[in-house]
Amino acid sequence: MLPADLKPEQFSGYPPEARKLATEDLTALQRLPLSFLPSLLREVIDYDFKFPAERKALERELAHLNSLSPEQTKDWFQGFTQIRLSSQLEQFDWVNAPAQFVEQLSAYLWTTHQLDAFRLAALAYAERLRAAVPPEEPAMPRLGITVIGQGVTAPEEPLFRKLRPHGVYFSRVQPENGLKQILEVVAARAKSHPVVQGHWYIDGGQEAAHDAALTCVSYHALAPARAALSSKIRVEIERPGMGPETLRTLLAQMRPADLGLDRGVDSGLPGIADKSRDAVLDRFQVKLLTEGSGTQIFSTTFAQWAAREALRRAQPVTLLVRFAPRQRQKPMNEMLSGGDAQVELDPLGSLMDADMGAYYNWLNQQRLPGAEQSSFLVWFENHSVAVAIGPSMPRGTESTTATDLKTLLSWMA
Amino acid sequence: MPWHAKTDRIPAGPSTLGVGNQAPSPVQIARQLAFTRREFLRSAAGVTLGSTLLGSGVLARTGVPQRKRKVVVITFGGGARDQETFAPEGQVNIPNLMRELIPRSTFFTQVINRGILGHYVATASLATGVYETVNNFASLPPEHPTAFEYFRKELKRPSSDAWVVAPSNGFNRIGESNNRAYGPGFGAGVILPKHLLTAATSGGADYEHLLRDNYETPFYTPELGGSEFELQQLEMLLKLSVDDFKKHARTLSSPDELSVFITRQLMQQLAPSLLWITLHDIDIAHAGAYSLYIEGIRRTDRLCAELWKTIQTEPEYAGNTTLFILPDFGRDSDDDSGGNGFQHHRTGDALSRTTWMMAMGAGVREGVVIDRALDSTDLVPSIGSILGFSASLAQGKPIVELA
Repeated sequence: MLPADLKPEQFSGYPPEARKLATEDLTALQRLPLSFLPSLLREVIDYDFKFPAERKALERELAHLNSLSPEQTKDWFQGFTQIRLSSQLEQFDWVNAPAQFVEQLSAYLWTTHQLDAFRLAALAYAERLRAAVPPEEPAMPRLGITVIGQGVTAPEEPLFRKLRPHGVYFSRVQPENGLKQILEVVAARAKSHPVVQGHWYIDGGQEAAHDAALTCVSYHALAPARAALSSKIRVEIERPGMGPETLRTLLAQMRPADLGLDRGVDSGLPGIADKSRDAVLDRFQVKLLTEGSGTQIFSTTFAQWAAREALRRAQPVTLLVRFAPRQRQKPMNEMLSGGDAQVELDPLGSLMDADMGAYYNWLNQQRLPGAEQSSFLVWFENHSVAVAIGPSMPRGTESTTATDLKTLLSWMA
Repeated sequence: MPWHAKTDRIPAGPSTLGVGNQAPSPVQIARQLAFTRREFLRSAAGVTLGSTLLGSGVLARTGVPQRKRKVVVITFGGGARDQETFAPEGQVNIPNLMRELIPRSTFFTQVINRGILGHYVATASLATGVYETVNNFASLPPEHPTAFEYFRKELKRPSSDAWVVAPSNGFNRIGESNNRAYGPGFGAGVILPKHLLTAATSGGADYEHLLRDNYETPFYTPELGGSEFELQQLEMLLKLSVDDFKKHARTLSSPDELSVFITRQLMQQLAPSLLWITLHDIDIAHAGAYSLYIEGIRRTDRLCAELWKTIQTEPEYAGNTTLFILPDFGRDSDDDSGGNGFQHHRTGDALSRTTWMMAMGAGVREGVVIDRALDSTDLVPSIGSILGFSASLAQGKPIVELA
């Protein structure tokens, strides 16, 4: 089937709001080439489970596509129409399974050496869309904070090498109550600018007590879901005929209920509000575990990937990420020797992971609108060194001024 | 590249390298990479810029008869980026390459992989000289003849003269293609050390993690297909008892170390003329832990140096062996929002496609850097020039600096 043949009833399998969106913009969708449309439908079908920032961006994109004349649409998608597709792809149920179509399309583009042409077309489209529908600026200047090095006394290698050229290196930060101060600053931002799912706290270990206004995701809280996922995967890979593609499809189809995420989690910690389940957040967490590579195994990977996805999708104005030690990767000889099956931690390796993760957090924050006004702080937990980046922080400089984290963050505001 | 440009929705775009408003083309990026690699090497390893005019006939002048020549190929384990290797901040991770190997090699700074960036299919492309399109995760043979088949069929070499040591079950079919003119009976023997270890130890819960087959699809292990190197052949061919094999494995820290151990056994017992070893530890990067990725690079650097030493000290190899070291491809750049930096090689950007190669040993000039662009499919015809086969179906061309 081709896009021109699309009919409203074909979206009956979509969740309610997604169905409404697709049928309202049906005329625009019918004009799009097949090499492009499923990647858009992949977003549309998930509309009900998207964060506010994602919804708005998608609505604006569809509204703009609707406003284009047939000639303009042809011009905008010229690069995509030149992509040759197989009849197998044309016959695929791309309306109801757009994500699987995109996966197959990706493989097809690689094997037919059309990936470069596709990318050029995609870039051209992205640039035009950006010019026509400029991204919205954040409600307040963005602030990213990354805390690294939990459990480490002294690093083996210098920290913040990639971030130091971009801001001020503070060497006399008073570490006492540092995390508490950071959480207070973050909570104050959430209260002064109550943006829905706009203020996040991601913890690679067990989350600290935090204000209920924060959207919180933690590796520790997801332990039952991780265990459930691991057990399901073990069962699936034993099935005859199971291959990586099929497994990926199965993972992509998993829902919060499959991993027990719809039942609520009682953290048992004082100060952590007993929130009712948030379907959008639940779906987001499932995707972290089913789409992120290594997020099920290493907490440092989880924290970095969760931060990346939160920034990319929810576009928070505040994001606190705290890395925690991940499990140690056993060398081969230890595995062969068997013995103690207890999970050991690797604080030093985790610090190195987190140092790079902090750099990626900053890079990803800078990919969002309002990057010129954004600020970023990375702090070595319970130690006196930090790097602060932002409009008020001269690049590549050092400060020996003694300060606590609350004051330092106030300088960045 | 900003996320609001929607590049995350599609299979990514070329990296901007953060320069100006006009994104450089992939060709410009590849040239820039080559230039910076050369400058890094010039300053750190004291190598000089070579010229294509100086290379021809070098091998012939070594006086090694073609019949006695040997080639060893090491694929540099799953791809590493310049910033963790040849760039100033990365050189600490490759001390052996920088100090010992590069000064003795002809270093090619710009080797472009235009094929599919999956490890099995890319390694198959390296081995055939044609960009293969086989399913990266299936147990399928390459569609075009491999270097091993050209070598064995054209030169009438026995099966013991060409071997592959590979990291995972998916590589079991890499020794011979399904090309009708070549194929079964002309390929290389393939040893999968991890698979042997599984057989030797009869599996067990604690081995599952170790024996995880493929970092790209960490939960899945493809079934073996094709002719399998059996456990009992360890003793017969490699003169290694299962007990000794297990005992030695217990002293090693990674699957690549096991591969190098098996490679040494092969060199000592069978001395194959064409030997291919695929290292893979670096690909732990897919799990997203940067420190483990760096650890993999450092280990691979050490193992490459150890294999070079073995080549120099084994009587069958010393003086008549040409060693090639090259990655199958790179990894994603930090600048491409479609990827996640070092973790994967999914964007197909210029950085992940532009790699390097070093050639050293018999017939190779030392301390030379070649900047011109090569294709990764040029490897097989170049091996053909050294060993004396034609590689008639390969897409690449012999590298003139080695011919």
